[in-house]
Amino acid sequence: MNTVKKAADPITDRLPSTAAQQEYVRNHHRHHHLITVLRFLVFLLFLVIWEVAGRLELLDTFFFSSPLMVISNFMKMFSDGSLFTHAGITLWETIVSFLLITLISMLSATILWYSKSLSEILEPYLVVLNSLPKSALAPLLIVWLGTGTGTIIVAGISVAIFGSVISLYTGFLHTDPEKLKLIYTLGGNRFHAFQKVVLPSSVPVILSNMKVNIGLALVGVVIGEFLAAREGLGYLIIYGTQVFQLNMVITSIIILCIIAMGLYQCIQWLEHLYKKKR
Amino acid sequence: MNQPVLECRDVCFSYHSTNGETKALSNISFQINSGEFVAIVGPSGCGKSTLLSIIAGLIKPESGEVILHHTQQQKIGYMLQQDHLLEWRTIWKNILLGPEITGTLTKEKEALAKRLLTEYGLTKFKDKKPGELSGGMKQRAALIRTMVMEPALLLLDEPFSALDYQTRLMVSGDIGSIIRKTGVTAILITHDLSEAISLADRVLVLTKRPASVKNDIPIDLTLSEHTPLSARNAPEFKELFTLLWKEISDEYSEKSS
Repeated sequence: MNTVKKAADPITDRLPSTAAQQEYVRNHHRHHHLITVLRFLVFLLFLVIWEVAGRLELLDTFFFSSPLMVISNFMKMFSDGSLFTHAGITLWETIVSFLLITLISMLSATILWYSKSLSEILEPYLVVLNSLPKSALAPLLIVWLGTGTGTIIVAGISVAIFGSVISLYTGFLHTDPEKLKLIYTLGGNRFHAFQKVVLPSSVPVILSNMKVNIGLALVGVVIGEFLAAREGLGYLIIYGTQVFQLNMVITSIIILCIIAMGLYQCIQWLEHLYKKKR
Repeated sequence: MNQPVLECRDVCFSYHSTNGETKALSNISFQINSGEFVAIVGPSGCGKSTLLSIIAGLIKPESGEVILHHTQQQKIGYMLQQDHLLEWRTIWKNILLGPEITGTLTKEKEALAKRLLTEYGLTKFKDKKPGELSGGMKQRAALIRTMVMEPALLLLDEPFSALDYQTRLMVSGDIGSIIRKTGVTAILITHDLSEAISLADRVLVLTKRPASVKNDIPIDLTLSEHTPLSARNAPEFKELFTLLWKEISDEYSEKSS
């Protein structure tokens, strides 16, 4: 089997490693390491300047906090467990709204693809709803749904859902018409065309859509927490500004950064798995 | 052998848009007998592909009828201009796409698919993705995908036009001989006159749009073996080519006058 693979696969059909090739690979790795180190140094430099500026009283640490103050605040929240309560709630709400966005927008985009008339009718509504600043809806949601996790999840969904439907639907429409014709020539119907061609060929679009959605879901959830929560990082930020606990605010923002990065990496990892499979 | 497989009677078709109507086919009538290999040539844009789509039942003629003389349904195989193998499926999964869709994926189908893979020399590429195959191999895999459906009538819509010239000669030879060996009735659409002469038993010449059948030329070559290359060397080849070329160029000159 291995020999067959070698003969057929132009990628594995490589020359034995020469000195020039090894040199190229070495330079390639060196470049990558250098980039990683420099990235880290930029971050470190930022922290040092921030801390030093605070100590030299160039910055008022009451308003701007400082890296060490943030760390000690972080440790305090870590040890009394409030970190896990607030971050956990925000994370949970974000994941639930992300999953609901994905589910609802996939279903809607599928229905729109099936019915051209329906998509023509709904198009202007989708465009208007998508360009509407969704934070404007949040106060309305509180009136309608009260305060609580439900409202916050709906706020998360409202931010991303319309854009997601539009981009998935557009992605579905971009399927090669000749490939659809192939399905029809093999005796398939519209359902087969969707299942065998539209859906699998749209996987890259779906994944990149997910990357956008996970970020927007977090935005929506934090907006929701600003207005209608007693827990969560969004609540901590609002509460912290009201009582002038800027350490708390900045710590919360940093945790939000970490959550955003982690969630994005999860989708990135999914994408990586998909590419490896292909 | 001479029983008709397909009859087209006065088939007409027009494309409609808000800017008006474009007549594509006008009163097309012909008959194709079992086991025949018929090529259809005509000026470019004359509606050849439309005709094929109508025969395949993908679109309905505006008037006239297409009669298929066989009992079982779904017996038309269609080969598109490009292989259109789905790149996320292996070759094996690609060639079983038809049975998968029609729900006829049986042990016998799999055995047939395996036999065809061996016959067309693709067995060792069974678990490869289409991206790893050459253009000619992909086109052969596409032919297997069509032949697995055991069509009574094979429609070929310029299936070699996406290939470079050398591959094209080779693959058209391959596929031509496969079709001859299986004895399946085939309709080939092409704009390459020498391809039409070297592969087909009969050439239908269509007029420019709206297309109708202009001439029906039997191709009778004295040949020891039927390969595209030997066909091109047959004594009658040049004469037939000149005849076909005249028929087609007449259409073009009428257009310009």
